[in-house]
Amino acid sequence: MIPLVELVPDVEPPTEVMGIGTSAPRLEDRPLVQGRGCFVGDFKRPGMLHAAIIRSPYAHARITGIEVSAAMALEGVHDVVVGADLPSDTLIPMRQFRVPGAELFLQSPMARDVVRYSGEPVAVVIADSRYIAEDAAELVEIDFEELPVVLDAEVALAADAPRLHQGTPSNVAGDMVIGHGDVDQAFASADLVLEEVLRIQRHAAVPLETRGLVAEFDEAEGSLTVWGAAKIPHVNKGILARLLGWEERRIRLVELHVGGGFGARGEFYPEDYLIPFCAMRCKRPIAWIEDRDENLRAMNHSREQIHHVSVAVRADGKFLGLKDELICDTGGYIRTHGMTVPAMAAAMMPGPYEWPAYHCHVQSVVTNKTPAGTYRSPGRYEANFVRERLLDMVAHRLGIDPVELRRRNLLAEDVFPYDAGTTYDGHDVIFDSGKYELLLDKSIECFDVDAMRRWRDEPVQGPLRRGVGMAFFVEKAGPAVKEYARVEVGATGEVVVFSGTASVGQGVETVLAQVCASHLGIPYERISVKHGDTAVIPEGMGAFGSRAAMLGGAAVMLAARDVREHVLKLASDELEAAPEDLKLAAGGVVVRGSESKRVAWSRLVELNGGTFKEEGRYSCEFLGYPYGVHFAAVEVDTETGGIEIKKYAVGYDVGRCINPMLIRGQITGGAAQGIGGALYEEFAFDPNGQPLAASFMDYLLPTVQEVPKIDILVTEDAPCPLNPLGVKGAGEGGTAAVGAALANAVSDALGVEVTALPLSPERIAQLIGGNQ
Amino acid sequence: MTVDISLEVNGSRVQGSVEPRLLLADFLRDELGLTGTHVGCEHGVCGACTIQLDGEPVRSCLMFAVQARGHRVETVEGLAPSPEELHPLQQAFHEHHALQCGFCTPGILMTMEALLRVTPAPTPEQVRTALSGNLCRCTGYQNIVTAVLETARRLERDGSPVEQASAP
Amino acid sequence: MKPAEFEYVAPATVEEALSYLGEHGDESKLLAGGQSLVPMMNFRLARPERLVDLNGIAGLSYIEHRDSHLAIGAMTRHRALEHSDLLAAGWPLITEAVGWIGHQQIRNRGTIGGSVAHADPAAELPVTLTALDARFRVRSHRGERTLACADFFASSFMTTLEPDEMLVEVEVPALPERSGSSFMEFARRHGDFGLGGAAVVLTTDGSGACSQARIALLAAAPVPVRAGAAEDLLVGSSLDDATLSAAADAAVEGLSPSGDIHGGTAYRLRLLRTMTHRALTTAARRSLGE
Repeated sequence: MIPLVELVPDVEPPTEVMGIGTSAPRLEDRPLVQGRGCFVGDFKRPGMLHAAIIRSPYAHARITGIEVSAAMALEGVHDVVVGADLPSDTLIPMRQFRVPGAELFLQSPMARDVVRYSGEPVAVVIADSRYIAEDAAELVEIDFEELPVVLDAEVALAADAPRLHQGTPSNVAGDMVIGHGDVDQAFASADLVLEEVLRIQRHAAVPLETRGLVAEFDEAEGSLTVWGAAKIPHVNKGILARLLGWEERRIRLVELHVGGGFGARGEFYPEDYLIPFCAMRCKRPIAWIEDRDENLRAMNHSREQIHHVSVAVRADGKFLGLKDELICDTGGYIRTHGMTVPAMAAAMMPGPYEWPAYHCHVQSVVTNKTPAGTYRSPGRYEANFVRERLLDMVAHRLGIDPVELRRRNLLAEDVFPYDAGTTYDGHDVIFDSGKYELLLDKSIECFDVDAMRRWRDEPVQGPLRRGVGMAFFVEKAGPAVKEYARVEVGATGEVVVFSGTASVGQGVETVLAQVCASHLGIPYERISVKHGDTAVIPEGMGAFGSRAAMLGGAAVMLAARDVREHVLKLASDELEAAPEDLKLAAGGVVVRGSESKRVAWSRLVELNGGTFKEEGRYSCEFLGYPYGVHFAAVEVDTETGGIEIKKYAVGYDVGRCINPMLIRGQITGGAAQGIGGALYEEFAFDPNGQPLAASFMDYLLPTVQEVPKIDILVTEDAPCPLNPLGVKGAGEGGTAAVGAALANAVSDALGVEVTALPLSPERIAQLIGGNQ
Repeated sequence: MTVDISLEVNGSRVQGSVEPRLLLADFLRDELGLTGTHVGCEHGVCGACTIQLDGEPVRSCLMFAVQARGHRVETVEGLAPSPEELHPLQQAFHEHHALQCGFCTPGILMTMEALLRVTPAPTPEQVRTALSGNLCRCTGYQNIVTAVLETARRLERDGSPVEQASAP
Repeated sequence: MKPAEFEYVAPATVEEALSYLGEHGDESKLLAGGQSLVPMMNFRLARPERLVDLNGIAGLSYIEHRDSHLAIGAMTRHRALEHSDLLAAGWPLITEAVGWIGHQQIRNRGTIGGSVAHADPAAELPVTLTALDARFRVRSHRGERTLACADFFASSFMTTLEPDEMLVEVEVPALPERSGSSFMEFARRHGDFGLGGAAVVLTTDGSGACSQARIALLAAAPVPVRAGAAEDLLVGSSLDDATLSAAADAAVEGLSPSGDIHGGTAYRLRLLRTMTHRALTTAARRSLGE
């Protein structure tokens, strides 16, 4: 049912070349620790002007007039661009998970008539400096006529709710059903049925670097260059070309250093059209650096879902069926992700368990809030919270230990590849490999879960209550079917890898260099990795969904293997030695055991008639499914509602580790973000749709004081059979189940079932009850 | 209207003519080209713009350039002894994977360098307290704490190049 | 997020500053540490026409023991308060409270005068100084006056300072013998503004009875408030658990703190009660030398 691939062995021991499996320090670090990185805000072009975007102060309003003359009169102001200046039919398309009807909800780069969220672009001011641009922005007079706002997705579903988009039958931008088995029969035969409503709050990626772009139009050549691309430069080049009606070759997108992505950075946003448009109009390079005030209102939000969910189980804990009515609040417009997030939640809701029947109805609903997209572990963070919370409730009702309840339903080792019975964007969800119970056992031992439970049961004085919680989950990795790589070795023996992936700070250069080292046979520090410049890399799908190591790595492996084969053939002729007796080295190729017998790289390149250069393309229609388990031990102060995480542990099987240190870094950082989502971060709005968490004073990113040490167990028990490296992407497992595990731990501590995130102290206090 | 200013940046005297409203962070980045100091929130929460003013870490987004007149400013660019050589903290950050995207790193380095100068052998709690004014969205902080503690151990063992850098 | 234009002056002496304020006080704003003002200017929520930078004035930064009281210059930075041995020995409540102010980088710039004049009811120093019966020395070109806390804090972010006046010194009376103090607050994250808190000073006589009680509440009302009824309850008691608990109840009686996304009124009352009770318990222990 899925094409299985053989693992390809490394050509040199990993420790000799710091290849696959070693904790090689990162190639990326040096300029970054020296302050010599080049983020988009550091990048300048001669004659560059600065843009400030005027954004709607209203959540829903009609624009009745814009007066720009006073702004234009200010010294240092070059232009003020409004919606009417744009071609009228410009709409930012979905790049993923399109469903029929959703195209009626797409966003124009700038509002013309109606604004549908606070923060929507209404005008752009171009000036000599950002300071002057902001001065001028205050002089632009815009008249708005307020319209009724809809802020609750369930209210938006009502027949008489105000309609956000004209010409649409309802506020539902996407509607789908997935599932398998006979759910009615499952529920009819159950010993226990639980029905719950579970909610996840709106929060988001919020990378520490805000977005930014520098766009320059070359009038003579009729070409456009945009710096500040991230995540998917080649894809966005295509979108921009399509919106401008240009051939793609006239556009170049360049990735600079990127200060974190997490799913949100690098999508095609309104500004990705507006800034190039302004550069063409002004015929000057234009820089736009998003400030934090804009960032919190304009960049994709995520996660806001309501689940009306019910579960049917047998008295012995065997799962019979699961039903979910999933409502996703997608904000004012459908952006590039289409139905990605709620559809992913629905596809992954069953998790690592056997469910005879499952049914999910998904609705993506528009409201007058910032449009939504993905955030690290999209859909899964939400689904894991819903499912794992529900399972603990079942365990409590049946009097079965939560670990034991899960154990009785985990998929067995012999069922893989396993058809989960769901689909995602037209593909069946087929879990490639897994040894779920083995990871559970190893984790319980490694983290000494028994000790955690003994700690929980110790008598405690005063207002503190202790709880332990867990969550098991399946992640997914490696979307977008194909990736490109080229490996070159020149006359000095320097190796350059060109990759279609992108860097969002995760360490992709190091990881690809390690893959190349293992399959070319040259130490990783002699390898440099280029990515993100569409003029240098012919094709690429970028960095998202934990794909870069899987598909990007496999492509590099193929190219490296071909280069090696080529080199060895020439060297073998030259040295009159068998290829298997040869070794690639810094100076050239040497004969193993008698290393004075060598041929230099310059000679090999000469023999080759030029630089060695091989391309690799790796395609795979199916996804990899890493899996993991989180354990949390918390202490809850029943007087303040405050939560202290005493221990947090993540067990994760990634198939195969390329760089254990970097994987642990991904898990730790991911868990910190999960903690933010579980306890601190929330985009709240007032009744008029004004964002209330509009600064870092109110949108609470966890500091070092809120993030405990994360205990980590990384295993390689279930290599991925879909790629020759055996790797599954590892970027999201640290985040995936934090909401679930912490909610379960807090429920355990209080003896009250948590049904909503975040676990803010006020919400905890309400759960405990009694205000005094 | 501009004001002439003169200050010391990374050991060199610099002069400028600035609008009073120009933030110190923007002066360093745009006028002096010292773009290692990053701007992450412009309201004093994230700590990415942390520099040292007369040896003490402060937010350069919450000061006007004109206020630095006559003072001594250190930025991340002044940390390493030479372009080839890393400061022990920078080296430890590299070895312990204490950075991912690296956007917050300069501000954190400037905060931690000041900590180690005043507290050469900090406890993990002291490192966490000192680090709490710098947000990092990538690492989950653990490796940063480890790298700082490791730097302190190394400096104690090998003698301290940090001490001579600048006294408060 | 760039500030609007302003005119900048940096007087070298208090007199120079006062004379400037005498002329331009109405449209001027004083710049002390800037850790609250500059963010508001960057958001353009504050846009003073003129900014009077006090950082160049020598002689406004000091912590001195004078006769029976402590004198702190208005431009004394939080960092100096945090590390002052004088405060730690004689006024440990200030030392304790300052540790809760923001983060190190903020404390390196922020000043006591700036914090007091900003009059944020959720800030640590105004409430601490209220518990300590501090007085504020205020000067203008017209003269000088000294104000008690109750006469200084007018409302949320408002003081009774006239446009031509500036705060130059904070006076804090010495604590009587056998005094114990405690500062407690609860915030969403370490370093955030407290959602509720209390600064408490309890004094006992030789027999272990409470002779004086001072309780000031953080984020409880538009200004730092003293919990008079609770103080009355405590005086004369032996600071037993039942009385401390009753005093915590009395402290929040009739309060209606305004809510926000981090906590509504009911939750904040619960926090105020809890923080007051915890601070009372700690202060009582300390006053009894335990």
